[in-house]
Amino acid sequence: MEVLDIIRPENQVFCKTGLMTDATLTYCPGCGHGTAHNITMEVIDEMGVVEDTIGVAPVGCSVFAYDFMAVDMTQAAHGRAPAVATGIARTWPDKYVFTYQGDGDLAAIGTAETIHCCNRGENIVIIFVNNGIYGMTGGQMAPTTLPGMKTSTSPYGREIETMGSPIKMSELIANLPGTYYVTRQSVHTHKHVRKAKKAIRKAFENTRLKKGLSFVEIVSNCNSGWKMTPNESNIWMEEHMFPYYPLGDIKVNGKLKQVA
Amino acid sequence: MSELRLMKGNEALAEAAIRAGADAYFGYPITPQSEVIEYLMDQRPEKRTGMVVLQAESEIAAINMVYGAASSGKRVMTSSSSPGISLKMEGISYLAGAELPAVIVNVVRGGPGLGTIQPSQADYNQAVKGGGHGDYRMYVLAPASVQEMSDFVSDAFDIAFKYRTPVMILSDGLIGQMMEKVVLKDERKRLTDAEIDEKYGSWATTGRKGRERNIITSLYLEAERMEQRVRKLMNKYQRMEEEDLRYEMIHCDDAEYLFVAYGSSARIAQKAVELGREKGIKVGLLRPITLFPFPKKQLFELADQVKGVLSVEMNAGQMVDDVRLAVEHKVPVEHFGRTGGIIHTPEEILEALEQKIVKDGSIRHHTTREPSLL
Amino acid sequence: MTQEIIIAGFGGQGVLSMGKILAYAGMLQGEEVCWMPSYGPEMRGGTANVTVILSDDRISSPYLKVYDTAIILNQQSMDKFESAVKPGGVLVYDPNGITHHPTRSDIDIYQVDGYRLASEMGNKKVFNMILLGGFLKIKPVVKIENVLKGLKESLPERYHHLLPLNEEAINKGMQSIFAYDVEKQLVLEHA
Repeated sequence: MEVLDIIRPENQVFCKTGLMTDATLTYCPGCGHGTAHNITMEVIDEMGVVEDTIGVAPVGCSVFAYDFMAVDMTQAAHGRAPAVATGIARTWPDKYVFTYQGDGDLAAIGTAETIHCCNRGENIVIIFVNNGIYGMTGGQMAPTTLPGMKTSTSPYGREIETMGSPIKMSELIANLPGTYYVTRQSVHTHKHVRKAKKAIRKAFENTRLKKGLSFVEIVSNCNSGWKMTPNESNIWMEEHMFPYYPLGDIKVNGKLKQVA
Repeated sequence: MSELRLMKGNEALAEAAIRAGADAYFGYPITPQSEVIEYLMDQRPEKRTGMVVLQAESEIAAINMVYGAASSGKRVMTSSSSPGISLKMEGISYLAGAELPAVIVNVVRGGPGLGTIQPSQADYNQAVKGGGHGDYRMYVLAPASVQEMSDFVSDAFDIAFKYRTPVMILSDGLIGQMMEKVVLKDERKRLTDAEIDEKYGSWATTGRKGRERNIITSLYLEAERMEQRVRKLMNKYQRMEEEDLRYEMIHCDDAEYLFVAYGSSARIAQKAVELGREKGIKVGLLRPITLFPFPKKQLFELADQVKGVLSVEMNAGQMVDDVRLAVEHKVPVEHFGRTGGIIHTPEEILEALEQKIVKDGSIRHHTTREPSLL
Repeated sequence: MTQEIIIAGFGGQGVLSMGKILAYAGMLQGEEVCWMPSYGPEMRGGTANVTVILSDDRISSPYLKVYDTAIILNQQSMDKFESAVKPGGVLVYDPNGITHHPTRSDIDIYQVDGYRLASEMGNKKVFNMILLGGFLKIKPVVKIENVLKGLKESLPERYHHLLPLNEEAINKGMQSIFAYDVEKQLVLEHA
């Protein structure tokens, strides 16, 4: 039997996500962004809504999201993706509009746009990748950087007294009446990837039902910025990030979950 | 059916946006232009035409909502006044860089800083020379009456879509707040989503239905590609100059002296022309209607005819630089203008012409013509 | 023909609406019109003024230094605008609260006792219409029928029952305007 005889559709058990382009990902090996991109595009593909989907790319590591996600995309100024998405969603109310943003973008420079977009309950999906650092500009402190964590702008560790505490965006915006679904996920193991994809699916289903704003936070690693190997960074994430940013649903169907 | 109304400039502009078939307006209140969003909210345009009107949380959010709607092919407008326009500059640079059509209205007040809420023309440089970062220009229309506040809205949308570029309507507190007779244009139907897909499907992010996907971005990390983009923009601006320059000449045929003024200053300067001619001073007025592109050639030619030029602006001297560049030292060019929200009177303008140009024009004439003395 | 008019007084005296009704009436009879207010915080209880221009031709400057007519409703405005009336022009004022009466002899000066008359009519808000009536008696720049149409247009419908009262106020003003002699400092004759 020749190799070509084996490569047949009926023998295929795994394939590249249809809605990812052939462009080489610019993310560092081990980074969670690629997986987050993948599952987002899988959801769009599986729901069969690619012709009605418009994405908004941020500024940060995922600034080139539009090179990788094979849907119509608009690149926004730093932090402004929720406002850009508002402009699209308000004038195209039947489309699936999503933003894909990092922590510097969403939780620092774009805090006002994030909060007010959530408060208005825009019928969009926000995918928020939180890795506690500014990756693209070379590992500076983010609003989500953990206490004591070393970055290039907190070389002796984040001091709460002078630099403030890391901000928990999901908990913050879950308290706004405009948000319908708020959840925190991760993509570092198969199990977590499956759960995160389910959450993203739920978010886009909410858009279909015009339920308002769905917010999916993905706690992720930044092995380059954290100066670790990919594996070390995942372990560090579990040990340090998850206690501060606990995984799970925070608000479902417009109702806050009881905190244990 | 056209309609006659007595309206404030700001209201006429808002009504014109509905009639121009605008799909959306995003704004934030600031004196002296809050009547725009107040009028729109009062009119329930979502019922009249389906137009979306939203009060954003800031001018920054508003311009980015504009960016979003524009990127998906919609006709969209925002308005503000000076401090708010400064906040919008980032978004305007992105609109220019990503080649998106949008209309931005600045009802100018005095500055810098929080400044004053009284009328001013101190944002000329910001509007005409850029304001935001990077190599770009805006097409800038300067209305001088309530009628033009109304008429220029649909003109601005046409230019915005013709060139896929942000267009600014540069008004001021005087034109925005005063009432005049205005003939309203007939209502233009909003494009349907299908029409938008058909007309702008080659670039707009409306969902990749039956076509390749579209990307809206202003990011080009490769220097060669970025330069290509800048060249493309510059070609566009060149074409604007050739095809869409607008200006008006008043009593220029026999003029020995010339005022150059735009917007409300042009109205006041026109009265100074009347007063001057009553006194026997043959003065004319060149009113640039577009500030970019600027009527350079017309000024260059008029400079062969007149003995001197006075640039009249409600600022400390901004357009005068462009006037001097256009005149190329053929005759003396001076500036006159009040600042801080003070409006100059026609009498003051005429007096400035007499003192700065008519009286010692001959001396300056000589010195400016002698390169050795420069 | 161009008529350049300034109306000046306190905020709340109906200065801006008087100007608006005048401009509206002008528009109805096919004239070019311009209404240019002072605006901003100064209007909250401070002085307010509005320039109204009516013309057969395109109107040039909406902002002026001198006027054909000044309608003056308080002392601050008198101090500011008496000198701004063109020689041969008209100054109409309400003497209520005026401590320094006008002194120019090169213009025509008239008094309308608007505040007192409005009080007598039982509605101080029609004060501005009494002044407008007086002015229109001296300078009939717009037809009364158009003024009434302008009034109807600028009053919200819930106040339309006040239209007859406003019309009465205009008539009252027309009957109650008197020439003022600056030398004798007296109201002389019925205008």
